Amino acid sequence: MAGNSAVKVKIDKVEKVYSGRHGEMVALNGVSLDIMENEFICVVGPSGCGKSTLLNVIAGLLEPTSGAVYVDGKEVRGPGPERGVVFQQYALFPWLTVLKNVQFGLKLKGVSEAQSKETAMKYLKMVDLEQFADSYPKELSGGMKQRVAIARAYAVNPQVLLMDEPFGALDAQTRTQLQSELIKTWQEQKKTCFFITHDVEEAVILATKVIIMSARPGRIKKIVDINLPYPRTQEMKMEMPFLDLKSYIWGEVYQEYLEVRK
Amino acid sequence: METRKKDKSFWMQIPDGAWMVLSLAAAVLLWIFIASTEAGGVVFAEPWEVFAKLMDKVSDGTLWQHTYISLFRVIAGFSLGFVISIPIAFLMGWYAPFRNVVAPWVQFVRNIPPLAYIPLVITGAGVGEKAKVIVIFIASFLVLVVTIYQGVCNVDATLIKAARVLGASDKDIFFKVVIPASTPFILVGARLGLSASLTTLVAAELTGASKGLGMMIQKAQGYYDMATVLLGILIIGIIGMLMEQLVKFLERKLTGWQETVQ
Repeated sequence: MAGNSAVKVKIDKVEKVYSGRHGEMVALNGVSLDIMENEFICVVGPSGCGKSTLLNVIAGLLEPTSGAVYVDGKEVRGPGPERGVVFQQYALFPWLTVLKNVQFGLKLKGVSEAQSKETAMKYLKMVDLEQFADSYPKELSGGMKQRVAIARAYAVNPQVLLMDEPFGALDAQTRTQLQSELIKTWQEQKKTCFFITHDVEEAVILATKVIIMSARPGRIKKIVDINLPYPRTQEMKMEMPFLDLKSYIWGEVYQEYLEVRK
Repeated sequence: METRKKDKSFWMQIPDGAWMVLSLAAAVLLWIFIASTEAGGVVFAEPWEVFAKLMDKVSDGTLWQHTYISLFRVIAGFSLGFVISIPIAFLMGWYAPFRNVVAPWVQFVRNIPPLAYIPLVITGAGVGEKAKVIVIFIASFLVLVVTIYQGVCNVDATLIKAARVLGASDKDIFFKVVIPASTPFILVGARLGLSASLTTLVAAELTGASKGLGMMIQKAQGYYDMATVLLGILIIGIIGMLMEQLVKFLERKLTGWQETVQ
């Protein structure tokens, strides 16, 4: 994995402080991290550790109080199509068909109707939903909606894919299915992924590197390399190397959880 | 379409159209019965008397004149309300300073029956067409602005974020996200607004009109002509139902994408 690495995303001493009625809340306390090209980063940590805040800062949807994020050496100053985002709540436009949802970002870029349709169909094929191109989101199950959202994010060909607990609202079976699909897609079309989850098992099966965050104030506690071979399969979840990593990371996260409860 | 069940009960086999006929027939029978009683007969003319009046007024053309002028007032007042309420509602939703100043005004005026400001309108606009249109405008505008404002506030923030990360500008977000997302509320507003316009019609025609359904009812009362009073009431009711059907048709066309809560 290493060797040909170049830093894709540089998170440089990012601090985010929310000031509200009850004083200040430090969500991120000087987070620094280099994400290499084509790395699959999973971030785990207790609720309130600032993982979503960090994702939003990278996406350009939130401005850091201090510090900065650089993508390919350029400072992030707002959202941009080179960084795709997949949200937990799918965020499909309900008034557009599946196809038009996937075309949305392409059309904004000024791609012609015919060209954007072709590209959108290609990505719908990738998530195995081409026969639902003319359906509306309301006609799809949760898992299918999230696959459309993934296709929509891929369609604009971002270099970095940011995913905020994308499988969090799905049932266990759909979730494992989408994990397998995502691993496959990532292997086929290498992208730098930044994936937030609170499911340690999910983190270990997907990631090349797991970031454990600690809460109040949010900062990086540990970085764990996941040296499991590819292709990764669901069967691996039953095997020792996986289980060791999982229990180690789980222990670390649990400790943080206990800290938060104090 | 209803879901098909294997063993439908007798009542469920009757088609919707037949229920309409049945409901209408029951209403007429009830009407005949009430008109035949001593107390009811004073108020309710017999159905055939009303029908005879209808024929009279159709043949001498006065019914059409009354209906036309009333419809014109409703449509003019409502259209004005519709066109003005949309930008106001969007401004209220998007600009806090504007909202903070204007929202209390709307709340305040909303609770005053339009009848109360008729003297103001007459003094300002005379007793001509302008006064009636203004009163209907005020009534529909208030209903519309409150409903559409709700819609703008309810636009899912995640959808705006999703559009932004796909490269949408503020203008794109307004036209491609906020407007379509608010369409269901705009249509609900239209339905309530039309109904408010019709309700206010009679009040508006009290400002001294020579024509109009409200005025026709008013004048007939003076002659103790209950058949004409009933005829006017029935026509206003029918216009209301037709308008409602029109909006429902638009809702099916424009907002069929909505997830319906069963």
